[in-house]
Amino acid sequence: MAVCIAVVAKENYPLYIRSVPSENELKFHYTVHTSLDVVEEKVSAVGKVLVDQRELYLGLLYPTEDYKVYGYVTNSKVKFVIVVESSNTSLRDNEIRSMFRKLHNSFTDVMCNPFYNPGDLIQSKAFDSVVSSMMVQAC
Amino acid sequence: METLTLSDVEQKYYSDLFVYCDTDNTKKVASSGRVRDLFRAAQLPNEVVLQVTLRFSICQAGGGCVCEGLREGDDLPLPRFAVGKNEQEVRHAALYPDSENQAPYSGVIPRPPGRVQPKKAATHEPLQPCPDTTSPVGSPTQSPPTSPHTWRKHQRQASGGNSERQPAQSGPVTGDGMWSPPVQESWVSFTDTPPSSTLPTVHPSSVQESTTIRTAASATTSNELQRQSSSYDDPWKITDEQRQYYINQFKTIQPDLNGFIPGSAAKEFFTKSKLPILELSHIWELSDFDKDGALTLDEFCAAFHLVVARKNGYDLPEKLPESLMPKLIDLDDSAEVPDQVQDVGYPNSPVEVTPNKSPSMPSLNQNWPELNQSNEDTAIVHPVPIRMTPSKIHMQEMELKRTGSDHAHPTSPLMAKPPELSEENKLPNSIKFGASNPVGDGYSSSDSFTSDQEPIASVVTRQRSHSGTSPEGLKAVAPPPPPPRPHASHSRSSSLDMNRSFTAVPAGQQQTGVVPYAPAVPPRPQPTQAAGSHAHRPADGDGLGPHASTSPQQIPEQPNFADFSQFQAFAVEQPSEETEKHAEGAQTKGATPLAPPPKPVRRRLKSEDELRPEAEEPPQKQNVVPAVLSTQLSIPRSVGKDKKAIQASIRRNKETNTVLARLNSELQQQLKDLLEERISLEVQLEQLRPFSHL
Repeated sequence: MAVCIAVVAKENYPLYIRSVPSENELKFHYTVHTSLDVVEEKVSAVGKVLVDQRELYLGLLYPTEDYKVYGYVTNSKVKFVIVVESSNTSLRDNEIRSMFRKLHNSFTDVMCNPFYNPGDLIQSKAFDSVVSSMMVQAC
Repeated sequence: METLTLSDVEQKYYSDLFVYCDTDNTKKVASSGRVRDLFRAAQLPNEVVLQVTLRFSICQAGGGCVCEGLREGDDLPLPRFAVGKNEQEVRHAALYPDSENQAPYSGVIPRPPGRVQPKKAATHEPLQPCPDTTSPVGSPTQSPPTSPHTWRKHQRQASGGNSERQPAQSGPVTGDGMWSPPVQESWVSFTDTPPSSTLPTVHPSSVQESTTIRTAASATTSNELQRQSSSYDDPWKITDEQRQYYINQFKTIQPDLNGFIPGSAAKEFFTKSKLPILELSHIWELSDFDKDGALTLDEFCAAFHLVVARKNGYDLPEKLPESLMPKLIDLDDSAEVPDQVQDVGYPNSPVEVTPNKSPSMPSLNQNWPELNQSNEDTAIVHPVPIRMTPSKIHMQEMELKRTGSDHAHPTSPLMAKPPELSEENKLPNSIKFGASNPVGDGYSSSDSFTSDQEPIASVVTRQRSHSGTSPEGLKAVAPPPPPPRPHASHSRSSSLDMNRSFTAVPAGQQQTGVVPYAPAVPPRPQPTQAAGSHAHRPADGDGLGPHASTSPQQIPEQPNFADFSQFQAFAVEQPSEETEKHAEGAQTKGATPLAPPPKPVRRRLKSEDELRPEAEEPPQKQNVVPAVLSTQLSIPRSVGKDKKAIQASIRRNKETNTVLARLNSELQQQLKDLLEERISLEVQLEQLRPFSHL
């Protein structure tokens, strides 16, 4: 269960960001922003030639004392960032991968919508529902 | 119907309400928004609301305001908003039936410029019995949606000057009928701004509903209306006329009814409806069932229907209504039973699957398997620990050996095994084993160098098959083939334990200690246990012992057994690891692959400090092997009875196996170091010797 989920466009501006409202959302925004550097680093490390071989799932970007940040980048350089609490040790790598996969599928559904202009904020309810299902239920 | 005259107070009240509702200051009361809220606040039953709205629509169509039914009696105090409305509505509704009997509308007045001022109603439009009908197809007292079409048609008809078409109370409840032309006009209004604005204002009740109401003339109660409308369960159902209209529209974009409308074309088309992009986006999400970015005929009809509904003021559903599901929508069928469709279900029903649905169906079906596969992939990614334990094959071999001591016999099945084993690449162990198969072959070949003894060969093969059996045994355990490498380390870590446990098993089959399992393995190598006690397999201490009574041959067998296990573990372990040691060992020791594994073991057994010449080891190993085999053979016999016990013992043995393999690798490492030391010492010695000679 994530604490914050963000979708960042190729130009590194957010298309969608949602956090658990109970916490200081600005902090999560900042975290996501800083994680973009790590994403870039990981993406560039593989090299352009190996784009095909580069895996979409980037794994743990960096851990802090409070939470961990995972990254995923699509072939069109759209990035997904998931922030989970460090105390949540039950989350396995596979679960994170499946979360990213669901996000990616929802994102492609949004893209398929002809009324959605790429670059707009994502306002799709279906996408919202998918994200909500992955967020920590605010107590 | 009587004409209502509003008292001044009422009029004032109503005008206030009207102003309240007239949010746009256009002197029009939009059917959506406040008016609806108003009516809803009245907490009237839906049908009453519908009636009211219908009335308004009729008024509008008729160019006049129908205030009938607004208030029969003036004695009601100025109603408080909610309450008053209730009364008004009730009265209104009550009046409806009356009005139905009245003279037909006076007018076919083309749609008025959108002035609806029900509260200021001054004229009364008699209703004309309309033979034709826009029958309220149904639905809806609960839900407004279908009405828009009928309503629109109704309006159109009114504007068309066909007064008879006014809600036909007498008309049978039929489908919307005659909907397309008016709708077309109304659609045209989509592109024309001014007229379109009148559309939404009119709505909330569909003509359908009004006709329902009308036709329920006989039933003057809302209950009756409800009853009638309840016969149509699905508010979102598309009527035939509507459907026909949609199809016509579809054809204008895409002549082929079985084809798709690309997203861009659909976007242009629906943008004409002047709905906000966000809502259009939502409609698209709902209607593009297979998420392919294009609309089939069914999807298009669903989308169109939703747009119309939204235009008429109805909120979009959160998920696609059943009747709009692509598989339900059928050209021929207008009375789909809702229960045939499931909102969540995917187009599987063969019923009414129209040809144009088929293209989307496969794609839809494809999506899901893909997702499933992807889910499975994630499941597969997780490495599956695999146990290596002596499997049934091994036991069979043992038995064969025991029974016939017919080497040919066991060998044949055994020989048959390796190919089997090599096939079992799914399991990591099997993979390793497969990899080790060549190694095993190497073993056999090495054995063949040293001696061509058949037993040895058979032993080797048996051993190979033995390890092969474990994959077979494993097969039942672990399905997907995880990549060998990670498993190598994985198994390696456990291999030592397995080794330990494995040696314990053969040693005594009673590993109570070292290996956590409760081995019910038969006392095969009990004597070996006794012997093996000094074989300090680290963990084996326990379990060994009690069976010291077994034949003395078993004692030497223990080291053999250990060797065997080592060998086995070695064979089972990731070849990469082993081969590394192997290669190194080979370089340092120059022995056959077979040799290194047993060396450490033996060293351990006898004295770890000694460096044995490698040459000794293979022969020793060879001797060991048969002994080991014999001991192992004895195991299955006793075990064979209980399948569960066998499996448990297999598991334990496998664990032992891995433990031993790990031990093996470590010991080999030690061996390497020691050899290096030895070499350095020898070099020093050599350097000193000449001096000494001198």
